[in-house]
Amino acid sequence: MANSFTRMITGRNTAVLMAMGAGTLATTFLLSDNNAAAERRRFYPPSADYPDLRKHNNCMAAALSPTIYAHLRDKATPNNWTLDQCIQTGVDNPGHPFIKTVGMVAGDEESYEVFAELFDPVIKDRHNGYDPRTMKHPTDLEASKITSGMFDERYVLSSRVRTGRSIRGLSLPPACTRSERREVERVVVTALSGLKGDLAGRYYSLGEMTDTEQQQLIDEHFLFDKPVSPLLTAAGMARDWPDARGIWHNNGKNFLIWINEEDHTRIISMEKGGNMKRVFERFCRGLKQVEHLIQERGWEFMWNERLGYILTCPSNLGTGLRAGVHIRLPLLSKDPRFKKILENLRLQKRGTGGVDTAATGDTVDISNLDRLGKSEVELVQLVVDGVNYLIECEKRLERGQDIKIPSPISQFRK
Amino acid sequence: MPFGNTHNKFKMNYSAEQEYPDLSQHNNHMAKVLTLEMYSKLRDKETPSGFTLDDVIQTGVDNPGHPFIMTVGCVAGDEETYEVFKDLMDPVIEDRHGGYKPADTHKTDLNAENLQGGDDLDPNYVLSSRVRTGRSIRGFCLPPHCSRGERRAIEQLSIEALDSLEGDLKGKYYALKNMSEEEQQQLIDDHFLFDKPVSPLLLASGMARDWPDARGIWHNDNKTFLVWVNEEDHLRVISMQKGGNMREVFTRFCTGLTKIEDLFKNRGHEFMWNEHLGYVLTCPSNLGTGLRAGVHVKLPNVSKHEKFGEILKRLRLQKRGTGGVDTAAVGGVFDISNADRLGFSEVELVQMVVDGVNLLVNMEKRLEGGEGIDDMMPEQK
Repeated sequence: MANSFTRMITGRNTAVLMAMGAGTLATTFLLSDNNAAAERRRFYPPSADYPDLRKHNNCMAAALSPTIYAHLRDKATPNNWTLDQCIQTGVDNPGHPFIKTVGMVAGDEESYEVFAELFDPVIKDRHNGYDPRTMKHPTDLEASKITSGMFDERYVLSSRVRTGRSIRGLSLPPACTRSERREVERVVVTALSGLKGDLAGRYYSLGEMTDTEQQQLIDEHFLFDKPVSPLLTAAGMARDWPDARGIWHNNGKNFLIWINEEDHTRIISMEKGGNMKRVFERFCRGLKQVEHLIQERGWEFMWNERLGYILTCPSNLGTGLRAGVHIRLPLLSKDPRFKKILENLRLQKRGTGGVDTAATGDTVDISNLDRLGKSEVELVQLVVDGVNYLIECEKRLERGQDIKIPSPISQFRK
Repeated sequence: MPFGNTHNKFKMNYSAEQEYPDLSQHNNHMAKVLTLEMYSKLRDKETPSGFTLDDVIQTGVDNPGHPFIMTVGCVAGDEETYEVFKDLMDPVIEDRHGGYKPADTHKTDLNAENLQGGDDLDPNYVLSSRVRTGRSIRGFCLPPHCSRGERRAIEQLSIEALDSLEGDLKGKYYALKNMSEEEQQQLIDDHFLFDKPVSPLLLASGMARDWPDARGIWHNDNKTFLVWVNEEDHLRVISMQKGGNMREVFTRFCTGLTKIEDLFKNRGHEFMWNEHLGYVLTCPSNLGTGLRAGVHVKLPNVSKHEKFGEILKRLRLQKRGTGGVDTAAVGGVFDISNADRLGFSEVELVQMVVDGVNLLVNMEKRLEGGEGIDDMMPEQK
């Protein structure tokens, strides 16, 4: 079935190219101008539809202008996804004075091209100056390159690496139809059933799991639930919940895949303790095997050299990687220099419930800030070096010694 | 328009079986009616403004419902939704509105003179009286589907019309996004302010998009006549006051509505209405009159009577908590209103409320006095 689907996609692209004229590279459609919907659009110029963003603090609101909106409003991707749909979440969620959210999502791979005029400055803003028009993103999943990747377990309680992957040819969670979502589930679950050895595992469909299974997954902190964040629900990614959503994990319970939550797939490698190198090694091995298994059936991940791995939220482009630890830093976390140290190490702290949660006790979640412009190996090494530095600081504070703020790490490979 | 799968042609690459939603856990009117066959038949259709079947049903797919409460599970994106998706909407309407058939006609009667009595509900029990309805402006898409430009145009037209009202209806508009802190607090204290919907039933249909752009509240200086702009419908029109003079509330309601309609007509706009469905609103449950006439009434004894539910049913009344739909009663005070919207005229419905509440208050007095109410049991209306 995958082959016929691939043929269908090819057929669709061919038809597109033929309609647009041979030699045209454009993948953009204008919204059809032979129905009343287009009539309405003509009756309302872009200025009539321009969102009121005066109270807004997100990357989309900072980048969008009436000119850009006028250029893009009537365009659509080949799947008929529009700018208004990309930005709805940012219009509906003005943001917070202290936290700058992204404020837009992609509906499909082509969104990043068709709406590049808006996505590119948003990407540049979010990813600290990374310019998709001129820069290339490096991908490196060779875990053997990591050094000093074993942390002092008196401080580090657990280690985790996550990323996302999208299946090329299928729309992303904000846009997908029920069929497409079910197709994602089918493709990924089929591939995962081919994993062997320490990666062999099983799939739990959200809609079909038993109460016992559900409780087990909650106890293990594996279960994800219907998003409640208005940032996500406004983007439409919770539609049809829990249809085609599920969780796969290996028997060892240290390699886990979420299907059809915020992205097609989220891949997580984790374990208690401080062996980040082993976590990352399993992560890379698992990713490569899954990629191989889907390629055997004619599928591939969305990736290009401008943006790396393509995911729903622009904040997760590039590596989509968050490598982190739960770490006890009772003294350092109260030190006034903590924030600056993290900043210079290009690390981020979160509560132990994940994004937008508070720290419990002295335990914090420390992970890389960046996603795009540095490879997976670079980012994990950065986390390893950074966490080792934090542990050193904590130990020094324990001994009554002073600590230093490290000099800032540069942002991009030049 | 708001959400992903509105692209008909692309979706048609998949079969109906592949696209058909899983409704096995669902308890709402849409889920009861939408078979695979119906889905197959309707899925390639769209209204002239581009509203599709998947748009219509999204809220019902996302909200399986509750074993005890039967929600509707579908919305309209424009006036034509009720035509293009007749095959779905007609049985939903029939089920929701007590057997109302596709060929039935709905009577509109906004002549308050036709109401009998209603000016003397006992204020010792009836704390307040209220009548509300909704209106949609023909030619514009409804809240689940409208663009920002359309929503703003609706707001602008409404402001112009309402600003022309005079006498005891003269008033002022407060845009949600421009309100000062004092204005906001005042409106909250008056129980006028509506806020961004939190109900997943509403959010899933897309009607909270772009909040609070082009939303606002208009009320007259006397604070007895109130219009909500661009909440769940284009307009929600409310007449209310303390005490039991439902007649006065309804008279003002009818006068105000008629004046507003004239003002719109003078500007070349009319309300969505037809003789089968009456006034056309976003939710099929509000078709017909869109009217909910109700009181806040103290019924601590009657409400505990084992036949309370049955009494309400026979009177064609519905109880809610004093916070409105989906809230609980506080201190024995209930919100009692008509259960029907379609198939009865406005006058008929308000009459049911007046007569029914009078009966309930008399029952309350009996029970207070330690007597029974078995001889007062009403016939089924």
